[in-house]
Amino acid sequence: MSRLIVGPFNRVEGDLEVRLEVGDGTVREARVVSTLYRGFERILAGKVPADALVYAPRICGICSVSQSVAAAHAIGAAQGISPPPNGSLAINVVHAAENVADHLTHFYLFFMPDFARATYRDELWYEAVAERFTAVKGTAAEDTLRARAAFLHIMGVLAGKWPHTLAIQPGGSTRSVTANEVARLAGILAAFRRFLERRLYGDSLERISTLSSQQELLAWAGERRPESSDFRLFLHISGALALDRLGRASDRFMSYGAYGRNGGALFPAGVWSETGLRALDIGAISEDVSCAWYASHATSEPPAVGTTIPDVSRRGAYSWCKAPRLGGEVVEVGAIARQVVAGHPLVRDLVERGGANVMSRVVARLVEIALVVRAMERWVAALQPGEPFCVHAPTPDDATGVGLTEAARGSLGHWLTIRRGRIETYQIVAPTTWNFSPRDAGGTPGALEQALVGAPLREGEKDPVSVQHIVRSFDPCLVCTVH
Amino acid sequence: MSLIGAEGPDLVTTFAAAGIDILWHPSLSEASGSEVIDLMHALADGREPFDILCLEGSVMRGPNGSGRFHMMSGSDRPVMSWIEDLARVARYVVAVGSCAAFGGITAGGDNHVEACGLVYSGREAGGLLGADFRSRSGLPVINVAGCPIHPAWLTEALHQIAAGSFGVADLDEWERPLAYTVHLVHHGCARNEFYEFKASAEKLCELGCMMENLGCKGTQARADCNIRAWNGSGSCIDGGYPCVNCTAPGFEEPGHSFTMTPKVSGIPIGLPTDMPKAWFVALAALSKAATPPRLRDNATSDRLTIAPANRQKKKTRP
Repeated sequence: MSRLIVGPFNRVEGDLEVRLEVGDGTVREARVVSTLYRGFERILAGKVPADALVYAPRICGICSVSQSVAAAHAIGAAQGISPPPNGSLAINVVHAAENVADHLTHFYLFFMPDFARATYRDELWYEAVAERFTAVKGTAAEDTLRARAAFLHIMGVLAGKWPHTLAIQPGGSTRSVTANEVARLAGILAAFRRFLERRLYGDSLERISTLSSQQELLAWAGERRPESSDFRLFLHISGALALDRLGRASDRFMSYGAYGRNGGALFPAGVWSETGLRALDIGAISEDVSCAWYASHATSEPPAVGTTIPDVSRRGAYSWCKAPRLGGEVVEVGAIARQVVAGHPLVRDLVERGGANVMSRVVARLVEIALVVRAMERWVAALQPGEPFCVHAPTPDDATGVGLTEAARGSLGHWLTIRRGRIETYQIVAPTTWNFSPRDAGGTPGALEQALVGAPLREGEKDPVSVQHIVRSFDPCLVCTVH
Repeated sequence: MSLIGAEGPDLVTTFAAAGIDILWHPSLSEASGSEVIDLMHALADGREPFDILCLEGSVMRGPNGSGRFHMMSGSDRPVMSWIEDLARVARYVVAVGSCAAFGGITAGGDNHVEACGLVYSGREAGGLLGADFRSRSGLPVINVAGCPIHPAWLTEALHQIAAGSFGVADLDEWERPLAYTVHLVHHGCARNEFYEFKASAEKLCELGCMMENLGCKGTQARADCNIRAWNGSGSCIDGGYPCVNCTAPGFEEPGHSFTMTPKVSGIPIGLPTDMPKAWFVALAALSKAATPPRLRDNATSDRLTIAPANRQKKKTRP
């Protein structure tokens, strides 16, 4: 057995280190380290509740809208209000624009460039992949940046700007739109649809989103050459490298539900495991700090009464990330969790066959892009210019509120307590806090720590490429993790 | 992440146009792990010369000045030590965003993390590198402040730096590029007509001027946000919410709620830059009295209720 310390990780958002025990050419044990603490929960204490809408999005430049949505839901819950139909639609479109842009960024700029590494230069597929996906220099980088920037013009219309909008409020959106602006939004979506259908999929969004099994997926991929679209090229590499046997974790999945609330969500809330689907009990969520650098009277705290007291000298601790658990169990969050919980037939089939792995996580993300862009088209068409976008209500002096939503990379929750008109406590549990958590009091490793065990090492590797693939398959955001 | 939204042209083409080779960028580069640490060593000890160091994010000095709140992954050293080493050898040092410039949002609250900027802690000179710091080019740290920055604020400054045409005369009193801080957010604000008549919005989502009630700092804040479009067409004010003065040091602790204007005897405390208070009060009273019904009604509406119309145009008969 020997030890490898891998970091920093490029092409993930934020600071990450992974400590590996390796032996016989595989990873035997992994410890995932979040190396940055910022203390946003403490910054928020004592502020006027509405100011959370300024601070919380600034936790992250890539999940900014998700942070806004969670904060707006938490304050809205305390106020007892929810947005009018236009407000919900506008927020859905803005939130979806961020999440889809993040999925795109992940696939093209963060995940795929690892296959253009020199370590793969003898593979038959290497030349095509290197030309398309080499970091910065590949043709995909420019294509993606242009398509992404044009797509984010949605933010210019509906959110003022991205990131860090204040347009998302507990009672809806501050930005009403006119009929011509609805037309403009539809045009932006049409242009983005073209990019997806021509470059990413080589097929229609409808066809991609209705693929219903692994067999159907592979038959679809075989209809044309791998180089004919980026999704097909990925599936080709995935088959050649057996990415479906890499990076399996506990295969228990959680989703808070996305794009809408109270039963009207596009993707529902729930928990899925081998035994099937069950309802989400948010009261069963707690954060364990046994292996995290925080002082606490308890080993585990529900976020509603959670604390954030940094303690760099805590014995046995190795990360700034707390260890959230659902009923004491590790769960995985992200696009794959959302789609398994929502019952997407292709993603369910992939998970039933091989669990969450590098391949199925990426497929779930790409399928979700098609599903969400189609939903965005419907939401834009449903906007009613002339009708209200926002309602207002006073914030009670003493109240609590929970705001749950889904960022691109998984479940995001804000737990808020207001006393005498000010924020008393504010606890945030971010998606990558779940996925990249350290061990808990029982010694159970977090999802990534489990997924890395068994990863193969190539001859002489200091930064194993398999570890790179597994880490990035979660699309982590470490700046949100330890806010 | 705001930066990669650069457009006209895209970021990769923008850098190519400026002749900038990216040695390392955390979101874009291939290099990971030990390759990065090796590169950092080579840069810090001069084996690999480089021109521009860009830092995004606050310098985390806590706890107790140890920097342990932010360790450089894979190196067992605080990030702040790496920044110091690299800043000493870089020809130019650029702080990207208000966090790297002044400490920014991470320095909010009790700042128990001891966050600061490269040469400022809020408005106080010093920061990590000290007030007298000059990079090898002789320039101070260039503070491309903003939360977020507009991608073009940075790409244009970098292009000028790479072309050798960027000098001290291009910087304002906080060493921010004058290119964008020579403007007020007020310039080009589409709500200027409401401002002229003090026709004010009372709630977020209404069309009127947000200075009187909703905390808008556009008349004091320095940036070209309403001249240079964000994401194709937007700005904070266009999005229906106030300017929070995010390019300024200390914006994170305004001393009042961001979306509520503090007042004394009904008069906003933060008056427009260069405006004598007595004149403001007099003009405001006069313009309020003269406000046309069109502006008064629209100001507190979430959509245009009365459109401008030319009364000389006769209505066509059916």
